[in-house]
Amino acid sequence: MNHKLSGNRWPLRAFHAAFVVFMLAPLLVVVLVSFTDKGYIALPFDGASWRWYRAILAAPDFIDAFWRSLALGAAAATLATVLAVPAGMAIAWHRFAGRDALLGLLLSPLMVPHVVLGIALLRFLTQIGASGSWWGLTAAHTVIVLPYVLRLVVAAATGFDRSVAQAAQSLGASGWTVFRRVELPLIVPGVAGGWLIAFINSFDELTMSIFVASAATQTLPVRMYNHIAHTIDPLLASVSTVLIVLTLAVMLVLDRFYGLDRVLSGKA
Amino acid sequence: MNDERNLLPYWLSAPGTLAMLAFVALPLVLTLGLSLYPFVPGTGVGEGLTATHYLDIARDEYFHTIFARTFGMALLVTAICVLIGVPEAYVLSRLSPRWRAASMVVVLGPLLISVVVRTLGWALLLGNEGVINKALLALGLISEPIKMMFTFTGVVVALVHVLVPFMVLAVWASLQKLDAATEQAAASLGAGPPTVLARIVFPQVIPGVLSGGLIVFALAASAFATPAIIGGRRLKVVPTTIYDEFLGNLNWPLGAALAAVLLVIVLAVSLGANRFVERRWKQVFQ
Amino acid sequence: MAFLELDGLVKRYGDFTAVAECSLSVAQGEFVCLLGPSGCGKTTTLQMVAGFTAPTQGRIVLDGRDITAVKPNQRGLGIVFQSYALFPHMTVANNVAFGLEMKGVPADKRRRQVAETLELVHLAPFAARYPKELSGGQRQRVALARALVIQPPVLLLDEPMGALDAKLREDMQIELRALQRRVGITTIMVTHDQGEAMTLADRVVLMNKGRIEQLGRPFEMYEQPNGRFSSTFLGKANVFEGVCEGGGVRVGELPLPCEVGAAAGSIDYIVRPEKLAFANGSALVRGRVEARVFLGNHWLFQVATPLGTMQLTEANAGLPAVAEGDEVGLTWRAEHVRVVPRGA
Repeated sequence: MNHKLSGNRWPLRAFHAAFVVFMLAPLLVVVLVSFTDKGYIALPFDGASWRWYRAILAAPDFIDAFWRSLALGAAAATLATVLAVPAGMAIAWHRFAGRDALLGLLLSPLMVPHVVLGIALLRFLTQIGASGSWWGLTAAHTVIVLPYVLRLVVAAATGFDRSVAQAAQSLGASGWTVFRRVELPLIVPGVAGGWLIAFINSFDELTMSIFVASAATQTLPVRMYNHIAHTIDPLLASVSTVLIVLTLAVMLVLDRFYGLDRVLSGKA
Repeated sequence: MNDERNLLPYWLSAPGTLAMLAFVALPLVLTLGLSLYPFVPGTGVGEGLTATHYLDIARDEYFHTIFARTFGMALLVTAICVLIGVPEAYVLSRLSPRWRAASMVVVLGPLLISVVVRTLGWALLLGNEGVINKALLALGLISEPIKMMFTFTGVVVALVHVLVPFMVLAVWASLQKLDAATEQAAASLGAGPPTVLARIVFPQVIPGVLSGGLIVFALAASAFATPAIIGGRRLKVVPTTIYDEFLGNLNWPLGAALAAVLLVIVLAVSLGANRFVERRWKQVFQ
Repeated sequence: MAFLELDGLVKRYGDFTAVAECSLSVAQGEFVCLLGPSGCGKTTTLQMVAGFTAPTQGRIVLDGRDITAVKPNQRGLGIVFQSYALFPHMTVANNVAFGLEMKGVPADKRRRQVAETLELVHLAPFAARYPKELSGGQRQRVALARALVIQPPVLLLDEPMGALDAKLREDMQIELRALQRRVGITTIMVTHDQGEAMTLADRVVLMNKGRIEQLGRPFEMYEQPNGRFSSTFLGKANVFEGVCEGGGVRVGELPLPCEVGAAAGSIDYIVRPEKLAFANGSALVRGRVEARVFLGNHWLFQVATPLGTMQLTEANAGLPAVAEGDEVGLTWRAEHVRVVPRGA
C-alpha cells in the first residue's frame, strides 16, 4: 500500500478535498461564530471580539458542568479500567467455559442504543432510590465506557508473547510478581489508551446522561443540549470551541502514541 | 496457555461481569417489564399486566410514520456513508505518509468531539439565519432563505457527518490487511487501475464495508442529539419519541415499549448481519 | 542413578494425545536433544519438564527429588524460549538480573554475577541496551545468559535457533556447544532440525507421534536407524519394502545383499545415498539418471531403477563423468545396509 496515487489522480484529490471540507466545515463555523461581537449568530468578519469567551466566565452553570464532566469522565474511566484490566487478561490469556459469553456481555453496551440504556437506568436508579445521584451517574458511565477499555486491554494482552510470562515464572517469579513486574508494564500502553478513550466517551456522552443526570448533576453535554433546546446563541459556540481545542490536544496525544485509527477501532 | 482447570479467569472477570449484570442486563430486563404495565395519567405506572403499548405501536399510524422515518433515515445515512466513506478510506491509503497522518486527524478526529458540538456546527450552518443562507443571500443567489433546519435532508447531512468516520475507520482497517502484492499481481497479469480496484481491492474490503455499515446503521437508528437538534419537534424519530414519552408525557410504560422495539430491531439487524458476515466471509478472510 | 529422570510421561488433551509415552534418563552434564517433526510431542515434553504443562501420567525426578507437582517458579530450571521471551521493558542487565532478584540475591552480588554472565556470552558492552536494540543472535545470548545466571540444575532450550538465519545459526550452534561444555550444565534441547541435533547433542531422542522412535548417539543413530522414519528424518535414505526369507532379502523379485541375521518376514531395506556407488562392472540394479544436482560439497543423483527412484551422493571432486540421461549401474556393500522388520 505504499505506492502513491497513480494515473489520473485529480478526481481522487478533488474528492478528498471536498471530504475534508465537509468534515471541517461545521467545526470551523463553530470556531468562527465564537469570535463574533454580535449578540446573535454571525460570522466575525464585520466585528470580532472575545466577548463570548468572557461570557463563559459569567455562566457558572457551564463551568460547573465542565468540571463535573471532567470529574465524571475521570472517575468512570478509572473504574472501568479497574474492572476491564483483569477481565481483559482473563479473556486474552485463558480459555475457559463461557469466555465468549463473557466477552459478549462486557461489550454489550456498544450494541444497546444509549437512549434505551438511559431510560433503563433511569427506571432502575429510581427504583433503588438513587435517581439523580452522583454515584448512579458514575456507575452508568462506567458500564458504557468499559467496552472501550476492554477492547484495548484485550488487544494489548493478546499481542503479548505468553512465553515472556513463562520466562519470568521459570526464573522464580510468583503469579503476583509476574503480573506486577512483567505483564502489567507490557499492557500499560493499551490500558492508558483505553483509559483516555473511555474518558473522552464519558465526557462526550449525552443521550444516556440526559435521563440519568438530575438538575444538580448536569454534565456539560446535557447542559449544552438544554441550552440549545432553549436557544442557540454564540455562547454555545465559544464553549464548543474550548472543547474542540481541548479535544484536539488529546487527539494529538492519542495519534502520536497509538495512531488514531488503531485506538478508535480498538486495536492498539 | 494455562491448561489446568482453574477458577482464576472467573475471579478476574467477576467484578466487570457483576457491574454489567447490575447496570445493563438487570435495568434492561426491568424496562421490558415496565413496558407491560398500564399507564395511568397523573400517577404514571399502574397495576396489572397489559400488551396495550405494543398493540398501540403496531396499530397507530403515528408510530408507523416515526419508525419508517427512523429506519429510512438510517438506511439513507448508511448508503451515503458507504458511497463517500469507502472512496475516502481508499484515498487515505494512497496518500503520502505525511498527508495521511494529517488527513487521518481531520477525518477520524471528529469522533472524539462531542456530538452536541458537531451538531451545533450544522445548526449554525443550516439555520434560516445560518451561515449558508446568509452567504447565498449576500451573493444574491437566492431571495429568501432555503429551509434546511428541521428538514429530513438536514438531519441526514448532519448524521452523515457524525457517523461517516466509523465507515472510513472500518474500511481503512480492512485496507490495511490487504496485501499490496495482490494488486501488483493483478497489474502484472494485465489489469488496468480501474479493473484492479473493482476486481481486486473492492472485493477484499467488503467485510470492512459491511461491518462499517452495520455500525453506522445501528448508531443512526439510535441517534438522539442530531435528530433532536436539527430535526426538532416536528421531525420525530424513535429515540426522540422515547425521550418525549419519558420526560414529556411521563408515559414511562409506552416509552419503555418503544425502547424495547427499538432495541430488538437494532440487535436483530446487528446480530443477523454479523452472522451473515461471519458465514459468508470468515473463511475467506482469516 | 540418572540426574534427570522422565518416567512414563503422558499428556492427553481430551481425546487428543500429545505425548503417548516418554521415558528418558539424562545424566549430569549431558546434552540431550528432543528431535522430531512438528506435532511429535517434543515441545509438550519440554513444557512438562519446565512445569508449564501438567502431565496426565508419569513422574519427573530431578536429582532424586520428584518435581512433578512443583510449580514452574519453584523448579529453578533455566529456560530459553523459542521467541527468547526477553522482557522488552527491561535492559539487558535487568533481564539477566531478574532471576537473581527473585532469589533474593543482594544487589551488589547480583551486579557481579550479571556482569560475569554477560562476559560469558560476550555481551558485556550491551548491558544497558533494550532487547529491541539487539540483533537476533545477541537476543539469543541474552536469553541464554538470563537462564544460566541462576545456575539452574538443568537448562531447557526450546528451538533456540529457530529465529536465526542459516549462517548465524551454525555459528551459534558451535558457540552454544562450547558454552555448554564449559559450564557443564545438563541440557535438554527441542529442535526439528536434524543437523542441529547432530551438531549439539550427546544423545538424540527422536520422537514421532507422541512416542520415542529411537534414542542414541548421533553417529550410531545415523548409521543404524531402526526404521523408515528414523532413516529418513535423520539424513536421507533409500528405503524399500521387501521380504526376508531363508537368510536372504528380496525387494520385488530382485535379491539384494545384506548381512546375515535378519529375521524372516516383511522388512524395510535401507541404504544411505552416500553408500551407493556407480558400478563399472557388475551392478546390483541398473537405471537411468533423471537428475544431477550440484549441492556444493557434493553431487546428488536421482536414478530411476526397477526398485523405484534411488538417490546417490558423491563428494564433489570436479565435474562428474555421469550426466543426466545416462544409463548406469548401481552398487553398494552389504555391511552398509540396514534391514529392519516392518511394522515394528
